Amino acid sequence: MSQSISDQLLRPVRDVGIVGYGAYVPRYRLPATEVARVWTEGTGALPIKEKAVPGLDEDVATMSIEAARNALSRAGIAPNDIRAVWVGSESHPYAVKPTSTIVAEAIGAVPNTQAADWQFACKAGTEALQAAIGFIGSGMARYALSIGMDTAQGRPGDALEYTAGAGGAAYLVGAAEEALAIFEGSYSFVTDTPDFWRRQHEVYPEHGQRFTGEPAYFKHITSAAENFMTQSGTTPKDYRYAVFHQPNVKFPQRAAKQLGFTDEQIKTGLIVGVIGNTYAGSAMIGLTAVLDEAQPGDRILMVSFGSGAGSDAFGLRVTDQITARQKRAPRTKDYIARRTQIDYAAYTRLRGKLVMG
Amino acid sequence: MRDIYINGLGTLPVGEHWETSLRELAVQAIQAALKDAPGLKPEALFVGNMLAGQLSHQEHLGALIADFAGMRGIEAVTVEAAGAAGGAAVRQAVLAVASGWVETALVVGVEKMTDKVGAGTTAATASAGDSEWESVQGVTPTALAALMMRRYMHDYQVALKDFAGFSVNAHANAKTNPKAMFHNTLTADSFVKAGMVAEPVNMFDTAPEADGAAALLISAQPAAVRVAASAMATDTLAVHDRPDLLNLRAAHLATHKAYQQAGVGAEQMNVFELHDGFTVFAALSLEAAGFAERGAGWKLAQGAIGLSGQIPVSTFGGLKARGNPGGATGVYQIAEVALQLRGEGGANQVMGAQWGMAQCLGGAGATAVTHILSKN
Repeated sequence: MSQSISDQLLRPVRDVGIVGYGAYVPRYRLPATEVARVWTEGTGALPIKEKAVPGLDEDVATMSIEAARNALSRAGIAPNDIRAVWVGSESHPYAVKPTSTIVAEAIGAVPNTQAADWQFACKAGTEALQAAIGFIGSGMARYALSIGMDTAQGRPGDALEYTAGAGGAAYLVGAAEEALAIFEGSYSFVTDTPDFWRRQHEVYPEHGQRFTGEPAYFKHITSAAENFMTQSGTTPKDYRYAVFHQPNVKFPQRAAKQLGFTDEQIKTGLIVGVIGNTYAGSAMIGLTAVLDEAQPGDRILMVSFGSGAGSDAFGLRVTDQITARQKRAPRTKDYIARRTQIDYAAYTRLRGKLVMG
Repeated sequence: MRDIYINGLGTLPVGEHWETSLRELAVQAIQAALKDAPGLKPEALFVGNMLAGQLSHQEHLGALIADFAGMRGIEAVTVEAAGAAGGAAVRQAVLAVASGWVETALVVGVEKMTDKVGAGTTAATASAGDSEWESVQGVTPTALAALMMRRYMHDYQVALKDFAGFSVNAHANAKTNPKAMFHNTLTADSFVKAGMVAEPVNMFDTAPEADGAAALLISAQPAAVRVAASAMATDTLAVHDRPDLLNLRAAHLATHKAYQQAGVGAEQMNVFELHDGFTVFAALSLEAAGFAERGAGWKLAQGAIGLSGQIPVSTFGGLKARGNPGGATGVYQIAEVALQLRGEGGANQVMGAQWGMAQCLGGAGATAVTHILSKN
């Protein structure tokens, strides 16, 4: 017997929400015009204005710690009450050795915690978020920390070099009573779609060019969003804000239009134009930008996309507790404003791209 | 020689058929053509294809497609002549029927370009050039077109913007062709500002690699469209062996042989489906076929090539905007001219079309196949 469609919605046995959130974006910015200057003599359309580039001493571990500390500040909880530290990324510093233990140690969550690294291209972070909903929603633990963070790799001269950025966000998940936003359910949609990948020992990912669009990004984002809304009995009008995975500016705009969302609904969370595609952090940092501005009662739809491929959709309702907590840590826009422009030469140094074969 | 007719045609939308295999594309086009000519039973199948061996690891398409099309047992063979494969396959069908050995011939042009991307596809298309002298040095079809376009611009004092009309016209016509890959309007302004591929060939100058299939049924049974001429010619494969870079010699030879066969000239043509894989090829084709003096082909793009112009070209979008499915392209061109002569062009109809010509090129013009069709 097949499941009825409403059974596909993922809901915990007790309501859970976000008790704290935090963004992090490194300070360096590489304008897309710099990539165009070096590789195309300045011709061709630019997918974004500029992207964030990590400093020499920054990686997914350090950046996750920054975002986690911001989430802790907003939550105002004791770190040793955290029972899971999960980091989703496609740029974990080590192939073998967890990022999550470094983060857990740094924020004081060890040793009584579960820790793991997640991998599912750009939706590794929302996978960790969905798992945290289950972890808390089942009553197994009081708090879980889910992080989506990346220092994305773009092959020099490739279309992705314009956008492959750095940044992400951390979410502390806890009981609904303590939450600044409550999860109203989630939904996952996955298929075996090889649109983008990086094999072991390869430095840069490969992609199927235009195959990354229609059969990958758009199919999964719109299917996840539509199925989630159908099953949760909502329509685009019910949401004040919507956030979609943002590999560039055009894709989320087009997905939003296909689904019936307005520019007004997506503009607050659409920040790829000024920080780049932060991969596993992309939809999650779009959501921090929205939570920075949200008012009690606002409903938010967030849909991630990870190549390979799949999308996770989440519905959120903002509570009264948001207002006091928004101010307790730097806002996403503060990080966006903290900006040091670099040229392509400095970028090659910061990203270790000067390699003599 | 007996008269030859196009009894049926079928074309698939050109585009990115991610979920349809090479053989399925071919079979779908064949089924559409058979439906268009009920009662005809093909005895021979000619498959026009350029890259299946390299991009799909599949050769021997004749037997494969005959089998999957439900025609197990019939004579079948692949015809390859790079981008001119489709036209060359049609010519083989025409020869077969004209000879009397075959009563009804089926042609299918099929290409699956999008299963590979980037350098893999470029390396495959580069095999249309001279492997030892061109491709091995990294010269791609786009690079060859760029060399020819630069020479054209230099010799005739023409600017990039002067080629815009070809691509703008192609997009305008594709807009009302539901089977075209692109339905967006292209302006001369965005043409000039497009990103470079191989200077001076830019993104809006070159045709998109695409998947597609088109089929034709050809026999001696009278139908609405008659094949008035079928001609083919060659030039040096390596572009550097040509004494004159701006003379598409194969196109000139094939067109003039075709004019002779049909007993007409450029002035009778109401439609010309030419090979606009790059705008410079469109300009050079118009010159080779006698629609313009040498060095003046580009001038026709300034208003003479529209559906009601002096010589309508790319009437369903051409390679540029209908899309360029390699070895299928030549069959699409002939099917499109046939639609014009049948008066089934819809919004793309060239009024009162009596004569039409289709010409595809292989490589940088090393092969040219020209067909002239007339309204019966």
